[in-house]
Amino acid sequence: MANVTFRSITKQFGNFTAVNDVSFEIHDGEFVCLLGPSGCGKTTTLRMIAGLEQPTSGRILIGQDDVTEAKPKERDIGMVFQDYALFPHMTIADNIAYPLKVRGVGQAERHRRAGEVAKNLSIDQLLERRPGQISGGQQQRTSVARAVVHKPRVYLFDEPLSNLDAKLRLEARSFLKHLQRELGVTSIYVTHDQAEAMAMADRVAVMDRGQIVQFGPPLTVYREPATTFVANFLGSPPMNLLPVRYEGGAFKAATFELDAGPFAERLRGIAAGSQLTLGVRPEHVRMGGAGDAWRIPGEVYAVEPLGPESLVTLRVAGALVTARLFGDDPPTATGATSFAFDPSNLHVFGPDGRRLAAR
Amino acid sequence: MHERRTILPLRTGLLFLGPAALFIGAFILLPFFWIAGVSFTNRSLTGATAANPQFVGLQNYLKLFDLSTFMNPGQFGSSLVITGQFVFWSAIVGQAVLGLLLAWFFYRRTGWVKESVQTLAIVAWIIPDVVVAFAWNAFLDYDGGTLNWLFGLVGLHKVDWLLAMPLLSIVLFNAWRGSAFSMLLFSSALGSIPPSYLETADVAGAGPWQRLKDIILPLIRTHIVTDLILITLWTFNTFGPFLLTGGGPAFRTEVVSVLTYRMAFKYFDFGTGSALGMVMMLINLGFALVYLGLLRRQGGSR
Repeated sequence: MANVTFRSITKQFGNFTAVNDVSFEIHDGEFVCLLGPSGCGKTTTLRMIAGLEQPTSGRILIGQDDVTEAKPKERDIGMVFQDYALFPHMTIADNIAYPLKVRGVGQAERHRRAGEVAKNLSIDQLLERRPGQISGGQQQRTSVARAVVHKPRVYLFDEPLSNLDAKLRLEARSFLKHLQRELGVTSIYVTHDQAEAMAMADRVAVMDRGQIVQFGPPLTVYREPATTFVANFLGSPPMNLLPVRYEGGAFKAATFELDAGPFAERLRGIAAGSQLTLGVRPEHVRMGGAGDAWRIPGEVYAVEPLGPESLVTLRVAGALVTARLFGDDPPTATGATSFAFDPSNLHVFGPDGRRLAAR
Repeated sequence: MHERRTILPLRTGLLFLGPAALFIGAFILLPFFWIAGVSFTNRSLTGATAANPQFVGLQNYLKLFDLSTFMNPGQFGSSLVITGQFVFWSAIVGQAVLGLLLAWFFYRRTGWVKESVQTLAIVAWIIPDVVVAFAWNAFLDYDGGTLNWLFGLVGLHKVDWLLAMPLLSIVLFNAWRGSAFSMLLFSSALGSIPPSYLETADVAGAGPWQRLKDIILPLIRTHIVTDLILITLWTFNTFGPFLLTGGGPAFRTEVVSVLTYRMAFKYFDFGTGSALGMVMMLINLGFALVYLGLLRRQGGSR
């Protein structure tokens, strides 16, 4: 078990900078998700920890060891790939035991240890089968078993759930989180699914264009997104963002005007006439709100009943705003209406897209 | 029951097959049966037996397998041993192993070294036999040959390759000539292995040798068997060595195809030549059956 430290890591492929001057420290036993859209550098980051890619500059540490130039096998890691990468010509037992085999563990001993791990992951009845003869979920567990069998210092997961169907994915998610808690091994998990990252991680690193935009506990990242990018990436549906102009102590748009008074402290240093972005989470939006000072007029665009909740999308000054309404009956609103929210739930992002935090 | 759909009526279909069937019949089937027939006669090009060949039963075959002379130079047994050595060293060790090593070495690499080596290997494979033979004669020549010139540069004695080491010469020649095919076949086989398999092996701690032994070779086994079938058959039947050594000196490079040629077209002993041809065909059939059996057993175990 060990820390994983990045010191000013940059990775370039030709002219393309995949990872741009990234530094972080992942603590011993922590579960960290690297979250971001495709091409943001999260998989490259993971592959550099594994030693499958060499950084162009910077240092990587696992525990106290500088492993920047070390080969994958010298790093003492276990990795689960997106396609599981089970060897089709080997039985499940031989697949799980492979890391032990290359370490020179005898056949009897390595099959005993593979059996132990398999039992822990409830796949011990499959040991004699081949990968082609078991289901996707079982293949995924086999792949996890192979990654943990030699008790590595760090686990790496490269989108391990993306090939599973929706139901199995939820099951595997809880299973992986439980397993990681039980084993207490530092884990780094790459995903583009914000729900997965929120559900599993101790801390989430949101990546965009080769950089970490925000690194923190999932709820902090959710409640206090550092930028409009993070606000828009987390949550389903994501945060509503409305472009406004800051003028005369108010937020102004074509069809509404809101008093910026309660935000005066945060807005210090923002020039009049600046383009800002207001953000509010769908679950903080209410419909109607007649007589409410924090009210914005809009027009119903779509109503989507989902069972325990409903999504109502409104068209507001050229943008779409979604409200997430809880309750058994879907709203019946049509045509012109308005929505309201509590100012304490409003986020204000500066002209550079960064969130203006209360000082 | 539903009707079987066909694209063409049977009669039209046969009409289309006609030309191909005619050519196959005229150039493959007819000669085959003719040679099978001739192998039981004493037919020759000149003399009394040319005009009036006689049926001699198994005499041609018995002559080939006459144990008192079987292993003498220039006889069938000795030729078979030479062919065996030639096939083993030039095809299996030379072409297949070299092809695999080249493919493995250049696997997932890019750059001018890979491009040049692969291009050179393919060029060696596609230029015509006669040109290649001429080039190798120029390369191995005692007085003006490139190889002896290189030897001279590093202070080694000249060697008369084609006289002193004729078998080695044709083995090198054929390995050089044919490695490209195995290299291409193995390259495409390696290309079909998902990169994550090898990365998993890397992370698990496997070295290059373990990767080859545990992951790569088992995954490309069917390709290896196919490659071995093809190059064994081709090398067994190739006439290429004749262009370099003419079967000599003293029959030391006379592989069975060259022996057959000598019997039929130098001694004009068509009976013996045909019998040799039939025996070669049976040996080829044997190889093919063994390899097909291997392939099938492998398919079953999957």
